[in-house]
Amino acid sequence: MYSKDMVDYLLICVPSDRIDAAGAVHFKDTMRELTQTAHARVVLDLSTVAFLDSSGLGAVVVAMKALGPGRKLELSGLTPTVEKVFRLTRMDSIFTIHASLPEGLRNAG
Amino acid sequence: MQGERILHSFPEQPVLPREGAINLVLNGDNASVHDGLRVLMAKPSVAGLTEDTRGSLEIILAEVLNNVVEHAYRDGPGPIRIYISRRPDQLVVSVYDQGAPMPDLQMPKGELAPLDPDDLPEGGFGWFLIRTLTQDLSYERLDNRNHLRFSVPVQSLNVVDIDAD
Repeated sequence: MYSKDMVDYLLICVPSDRIDAAGAVHFKDTMRELTQTAHARVVLDLSTVAFLDSSGLGAVVVAMKALGPGRKLELSGLTPTVEKVFRLTRMDSIFTIHASLPEGLRNAG
Repeated sequence: MQGERILHSFPEQPVLPREGAINLVLNGDNASVHDGLRVLMAKPSVAGLTEDTRGSLEIILAEVLNNVVEHAYRDGPGPIRIYISRRPDQLVVSVYDQGAPMPDLQMPKGELAPLDPDDLPEGGFGWFLIRTLTQDLSYERLDNRNHLRFSVPVQSLNVVDIDAD
């Protein structure tokens, strides 16, 4: 995982194709490290993540809570199965979800 | 192949090979579940299903296997056997483990807690997802084993290459 300062917000990319019980702790720890910035907006790019289980979902929720008040975690590029998990658990009503990164950010990585 | 080390037969329960059936045994730990799901989802009889069905099956199996690792094998891992048989309109799935029984021999209700934006739940989604995505879900404890059985509706079978399995 790595981050990129987009000035308006912090972009976080997840090179792994799965966020599951085996990787949830690492994901939470890395999110905590990467978000030690002053950005009010953090955008998590999930376009390479084909699968996320409830442990992964919990890890994303923990990451959002860890940002603290006044900061926001947004999601981008949910693949079909990841989108299904967010939709069924109604977590899609909690997060701002972008279909893809705005133009100009695609080459951010 | 990375996943092959976890594939072996369940000696005391031989299963006759059937067309398109999947019989997989893996160790009850998070890393083996991670590898085992990759192996299972790449099997031709699963790979040929629609993306929607594949997604549901992978979500269900991940949650079921995570629960076995976290609860049944909380005192240490043991084997998990997954058997998937094909019917024209559904997959019938059995998951066996030799760990602790479910409390009161009952499956958790799996109700989704209300989503309070100021106090979001970080867990408790697993059984909700299992109950939402499965049909004919049942649990039995027999001979010191847990047996979870369910079916998953299949939308399309006519693109599946059974012979390739």
